Amino acid sequence: MSKLIRMDHTGHSTVAEWTADDPAAVEAAVTAFGAELERGYLAMITSGPGQAEQVRELPVDAELVILRLPISGG
Amino acid sequence: MAAVEEVLPEAEAVYWRPRVDAARLRHQGRLWTLSAAFHVVPFLATAALLMWVQPLALPVALACLAHAWIIPELYAQRGANVLRPRGRQADAPEQRSVGLLGDLVGHDVRALHARTGLVVEPGRLGSWIVGESGAVLLPARRGRAYCYCVKVDARHPDAAQLPSGDRIAHLLLALRSDEQGFATIANLSFAGAGWRLRRRMAKQMRPALDAAHLWLDRPSSATG
Repeated sequence: MSKLIRMDHTGHSTVAEWTADDPAAVEAAVTAFGAELERGYLAMITSGPGQAEQVRELPVDAELVILRLPISGG
Repeated sequence: MAAVEEVLPEAEAVYWRPRVDAARLRHQGRLWTLSAAFHVVPFLATAALLMWVQPLALPVALACLAHAWIIPELYAQRGANVLRPRGRQADAPEQRSVGLLGDLVGHDVRALHARTGLVVEPGRLGSWIVGESGAVLLPARRGRAYCYCVKVDARHPDAAQLPSGDRIAHLLLALRSDEQGFATIANLSFAGAGWRLRRRMAKQMRPALDAAHLWLDRPSSATG
């Protein structure tokens, strides 16, 4: 089961869950993913130990996709 | 760090800044040293001159020496402040956020975070210590510490009330995605002696500095 989670005031919220062989769940996840990107979130996946990569489309085969907010100099 | 060069989208907001690399870091370090010298040397010279002209002016000379000492200490304090913890949220979100952060790091780093509230992350530029609203870079070339003020962009409505683990995880993911971009976006608040920074860090945070140095000692560590 793959997960799309958003880091927020609750610690994190699960925005969508899907399996690659469930087209309806994938479609719902893609829609939710797009909506979060519209809200200004950036989607990240872990691409190896100590490595992260930003994704602009939902990687259906990824186990975990994390939504983060932009950063700026303080 | 990512094998494919990725640029953080946030870097567009600071397009005028040269992208930070090892050479740029060294340049910034030298500028910092020069700036500190401009602050300190006049006070030292004044103290020496006073003692030469009139030894009875010892109290004033001592005051000058104190200024020469205090100014770099104040800058170091500003650097240490980037690692200070911010306000805590309710227990449940805090624990949940720390759980997610724990999933992103290894066992040793998880244990270090439990003790210090900080995460140590190896990079190509050096060893990073990531806090809730900033990060410290220790380059492989020893001695200097670069303290960066960087945090979740407060202009986003969801940025308020993020628990501590999430604040760190945001920075960690950005750092892992584009280390040079991360250092470019962040505001440099101190680039001086590591020993000064250590003295200004809270005692419970100092093991993070030790862990970051330990990583630098590894044969495969950064070359910046």
